[in-house]
Order: sequence, then structure tokens, then C-alpha cells
Amino acid sequence: MREVSNIKKKRWVSLYVENRIGVMARIASMMAGKSYNIDSITVGKTEDPTVSRMTIGLSSDDPTFEQIKKQLNRCVEVIKLNDITDAPTHMKEILFFKIHDCSEFEKGEIFRIATVFGAKAIDYGIDSVLLECVATEGKNNDLIKLLMEKFKKVEVVRGGIVAIESISMTDR
Amino acid sequence: MKISGNKLFVTALKKEGVDTVFGYPGGMVVNLLDELYNAPGINMVLPRHEQGLIHAADGYARATGKVGVCLVTSGPGATNLVTGIANANYDSIPLVCFTGQVPEYLIGNDAFQEVDIVGITRNVAKFVIMVRDREMLAQRIKEAFYIARSGKPGPVLVDLPADVMAELGSTSYPTEVTIRGYKPNTSIHIGQLKKALTLLKRAKKPMFLIGGGVNIAGAQAELTELVEKLEIPVVTSVMGRGAIATDHRLYFGNIGMHGCFTANRIANECDLMVSIGCRFNDRVTGRIATFAPNAKIIHIDIESAAISRNIIVDIPIVSDAKLAITKMLELTKPMKHEKWVADIVKWQEKYPLSVDCTSGVNPQKIMETLNEIYADKDTIFTSDVGQHQMWANQYLRLDDRHRLIQSGGLGTMGFGLPSAVGAQIGCREKEVVSINGDGGFQMNMQELATGVVESLPLVNVILNNTFLGMVRQMQTQFHKGRFALTNLNCYKSETGEVIDKGFEEMEYVPNFVKVAESYNSKGYRVTKDEDLKSTIEEARAYAMEHKRPVIVECMVSPDQLVMPWIPGGKSFDDILL
Repeated sequence: MREVSNIKKKRWVSLYVENRIGVMARIASMMAGKSYNIDSITVGKTEDPTVSRMTIGLSSDDPTFEQIKKQLNRCVEVIKLNDITDAPTHMKEILFFKIHDCSEFEKGEIFRIATVFGAKAIDYGIDSVLLECVATEGKNNDLIKLLMEKFKKVEVVRGGIVAIESISMTDR
Repeated sequence: MKISGNKLFVTALKKEGVDTVFGYPGGMVVNLLDELYNAPGINMVLPRHEQGLIHAADGYARATGKVGVCLVTSGPGATNLVTGIANANYDSIPLVCFTGQVPEYLIGNDAFQEVDIVGITRNVAKFVIMVRDREMLAQRIKEAFYIARSGKPGPVLVDLPADVMAELGSTSYPTEVTIRGYKPNTSIHIGQLKKALTLLKRAKKPMFLIGGGVNIAGAQAELTELVEKLEIPVVTSVMGRGAIATDHRLYFGNIGMHGCFTANRIANECDLMVSIGCRFNDRVTGRIATFAPNAKIIHIDIESAAISRNIIVDIPIVSDAKLAITKMLELTKPMKHEKWVADIVKWQEKYPLSVDCTSGVNPQKIMETLNEIYADKDTIFTSDVGQHQMWANQYLRLDDRHRLIQSGGLGTMGFGLPSAVGAQIGCREKEVVSINGDGGFQMNMQELATGVVESLPLVNVILNNTFLGMVRQMQTQFHKGRFALTNLNCYKSETGEVIDKGFEEMEYVPNFVKVAESYNSKGYRVTKDEDLKSTIEEARAYAMEHKRPVIVECMVSPDQLVMPWIPGGKSFDDILL
């Protein structure tokens, strides 16, 4: 009779929180304590130094996500919560990808891939290249997948996604 | 003029109207305690263990409706509060717990008696904070009291580093408080309520499911008026017990695991369930898929996170219980449900609650004797956790003069005695009776000393069956009577040989009669139903005359089970009668 959708879907939440010691821990431990899995979480100070803004990415079904939003709203430290899952936003993640042991020929390949993906080579060695890519999470996933197929000795650092509501553009 | 944080703390307590502090000393609060020494208008109570302390503050808060205040030292003082904080959190009890902390420059150094109590309690409290700036102290204390008592009440922990408290600073204490991330709901969505009332008008078999929210909101009188006006049968959760007089003609008992047959059948057959201040805990619902299978559900709760969490509801209404009930009184016309109520009365006649007792003292008789003795006295009963608690729920008569305080959500053994201590300190004019099992009583037995030194005439009833009965009951039913770790009268020889002393052979330790005597009071043991009344009356008279807690130990057979019983995760159809 009372039916709910149990399909898991990627969700995004933007949170304004008090910029105080322990607030990040409060949010993270509440989520962990209630077995909500966080895919990505980023935090930083805003234009108001007493306020931080967090971007949280997670996968969940509808009822669980409703509950997560309510539980986040319950936290005294949370000033405002925006569900930006379906909102027009700009969403980007910084990715560092370091490739070791690459030959001259492979470097050429890396530079071509970088051009196509909009990544930049920001550092360089005799047999290594460091790429920086500021892109959507999906695009970074694709870039990592491609490079991992080809190169074995690599280092990957991902910064987590930051998001802000669009002004007039609707493409992420 | 500048004053120390410690001095400002005393001002803050007075401004918040605090008249009682449950405190335990230690290195990091000794300077603070010095400021409170002889502070006029503040009664300092010294319980014997911090867990007993916080349960006492909890009992005080439940009995008086005021915020319970704890003050303990850093490290072990703070960690001993944790169970009590979680307990208050699950039952929505307003507490402000002040913990001493090592000076800020030592934090993180593994200093003596340093623990990250803010980190430890973060997930079991309504709000926790460390005061890191002397100039923020007044505001943080103000916020703590406001958060604890407003919205859905709960425990707040404020960690006070010793150097911040020693620092000189402003004398002022704020009168207003605004927290940008915390705006408790104070209104009700009338549109939603009207939709609910439309359903109510159409319903043939409506019911009220009442939870602790109604008791916390103090809406018992309004609820009774509404129930009578609409002629709708009422059932309660454990925390809702007493929200309407238990002998009211429209009240049919507790729902859930150890509720009664009738209450559970009402939920099973109703076509509309109006729940007020109840979070549909698993002990209430049993198996979700078969809970209230024919009903539309209206869920009124002050906490939006409690709505549609366990049960998907048809009409959610976020509101304080008292406000919602008052509005419903305004917006409804009288109704009749004679046929529905008559059917229910028939079920009740067919399956009444009763204990089938062949040996030992009958637990039902114990509760009925208490009903008789305390009938004309304003009484607060407190209960520990276990079988005795369920019997207290089933058989104690509650109304506006008889209240029951118990640990509902967390189910904390060791709650009964200390909560009675706190309740009596808060309500000297009432009589306080604690109901305990032999297991739970031993968990905070040391609080008898607090009762003695505070001159509290508590009557502590212990149902002694020499077992941890509630778990034994599960072992009887599901583990072929293999009583792992539940026999409290089971000895081991030096070589590890197990000797079951059995129920009849009374080598039970401790001897509760002698325990009472060692606290300069008196203990009584009852082995027959016939002696119940005279013994409890005698014990009560002794307690009243000497202003001391007494113990009445009633020997109950370990084979006595709490019935009926819907085992965990099962449905109404699986009820064991």
C-alpha cells in the first residue's frame, strides 16, 4: 500500500555550516553513525569567515536521502541545506595525475590525451609528467580510467567536488 | 569590572533559574565548585557515581519539567556521563552537562584526566560544544539551556577548559538567544491538520497512538478532553504511558512487544491511526510490513526527522503535541464510535492482562498493592529496565497524580534508583517509589547513600528472581533454556566448577535486607502475596518517619514470564499470549 522507490541514485547537497572546530567531524560522524555512505565531501570558508560551505556527494535511495537531509538539518551547526541534485550548478573537481617511467613516445600520448580532456601538464621530469585537470567528476573518472589502462606506475590525488549554483548556464 | 569564568558560571546558573546541581568534584572543576560553595539558592547534590548522578539529574528533569544540570570533572568524570547522556537523548530529556576539561594548552597532549568528551558524545547528545573563548562563555551557556529545553528537548554538553574558566572577562549574561542553525518549530501547518481531520471524519475505526511527546508537552489534560470529545480509543507506547488515565474507559493499554493483546489488535484492525509524539520505534511496530495493515496514518511529531523514518505515513504534521491537540479541539465537532469501542471492549474482556503465578510473589499483585497503598497520594513511580518495568507498565495505575518515570528508548539498567533520587529531590512534596529488578538495582546501588544523606523517603521495591529476567525469558523461548550469563545466583568454585545455587537456596548476594541496613536504613523481604500490603506499608512508614530510602525485596519466581509477547521483528499474528 505504502510504496517507496528504493533505487539508488547519485545525490548532491550543499551545506552552509558554522565555521568552528569540530563541525566537519560532527557532520561526518553523524553520517557514519547512521550508516550513510559519503562519496565525496569538501569544505572551505565562504565570503563570511564565520561560515563554511560543504559540498557532499552520496548515493542513496529516496527515503534514505530524505532522512539524511532531515538529519543534517537537525544539526545545530548546520545553517542552511540546499539539495542541488537536480539544480543547475557548476560542479568541478581538481585532479592531480602523476605518471612515472614514461618514454618519449608515451609523453606524446599523454600530451594528446591532456589536450583532448582539457588537462594541463603542470610539472615535468626526464621520465615523468604531472597533469592537473579541473573538470566534472565524470570527466575525471574517464581520464583516470584511460590513463590507468596505459600506465602502471601512477599517483592519483582527487580533491573532491565543489559546487555552486549557476547564474544562467544549465550545463554542469 | 572583570570576573573569572568560574564566577560568571554561578551568575549564569542563577539567570537560568537553576536551583539544583548534581555535581561530582575533580581537579578540573575544583575552582568552579569553590565559587558554588555556599552560593545561595543553589542546592548542590553529591551522588556517588557520575552515572547515578546523570540519571538523578534526568529523574529530576522528568519529575519537575525543568532542565537537569550536571557538573563533573574531566576524563573519567566526563566519560561516566556517556550512558546517561544517550539515555536522555533517546527519551528527549532536557539536561545541561558541564564537564571540566584540562587547560587548552594541554589539550591533545594525553594530559592527566584528559579525554575528548565532545568527540565521544557528539552522536548521542542534542548538542555538544567546548568553550574556547572566555568572552563566549556566557553565550554558550545561554545557548546550551535554550537548546536543551526547546523544540524536541535533549541533553547538551558544555566542555569547560580550566584556563578559560580562570580567565577574567565580562560580567554580562545575555537575555536573548538566536542561533542561526537552530529554529525549533513553534507552529502547526493548519492545511495539513485540516486534511488529517477530513480523514478522521471519514474513519470508521480510528485510534490514537500516543507517545512520550504528549507527556513531555504536558498535554495530558488536553488529550483526555480530545479523546472524550471524539470517542476514539487510545493506546500508548511505553513513553506515552500515563498520558491519559490508565483506567479511562477509552484507554486500552500499551502497544508493542509487551503491550496488551487489545492495544495491538486495535492497531491491527483500525482504519486510521493518529499518532502523536511517538517515533514508531521497532518495539512499537514489530514487523513494519504488517504493522497497522489497514490504516491510513497521521503522524504528528515535533521532530520532522522522526516522521516517515520507520513508517511511511499518509499525513505528516510537524508540531508540538500540545499545540496540535489544542488545535484539534478547536477544529473538531464531537464524534461517536460506539460500535468500534464496543468491539474493543469485548476483546479486552476476552484477553485481559493477568499474570499466571504458581510460585513466589505475583508481580501483578505487587503493582496492584502499590496502586492500593498510593491511591490517594501524589506519587512518582520510577522504573528500572527489564521484566519488572513491563509489569509496572501493565499494572500500575497512572493518572494526573500518579506518574511513571522510566528509561524507554535506551533501556538503561541502573536507571530506577538514581532517577528516583532525582525525582524526590525535585518534588519533595510527592512520594517516590522505585521499581527495580535484582540485576539493575545493583548497577547503581551506591545511590542509596545519596538518598540517605539527602533525607529522601524513597521506597525501593526490588523484584528479585535471582536472574536477569528479560534475557532469561528470551533464552527460555528461543535458546532451549540455556541460561547463558543470566543466572545471578550461580557460583563458580576456585577450579571453575559451576554450582547453581538455584532460586530456593537463598545464597543470593548481596543480601538486600542487609544492604539497606548497611546504609543505616531498613530492608524487608516478602515471600508471600499475603504479606505484600502490610510490608510495603510498614516500609513506607519507616521511610517517612526516618526520611531514608528503604528496600522492599519481593521474591519472584524466575519462571515468571512477561506476557503477552510479540517477539522482536514479528507481527501481531505471532503474539504469544
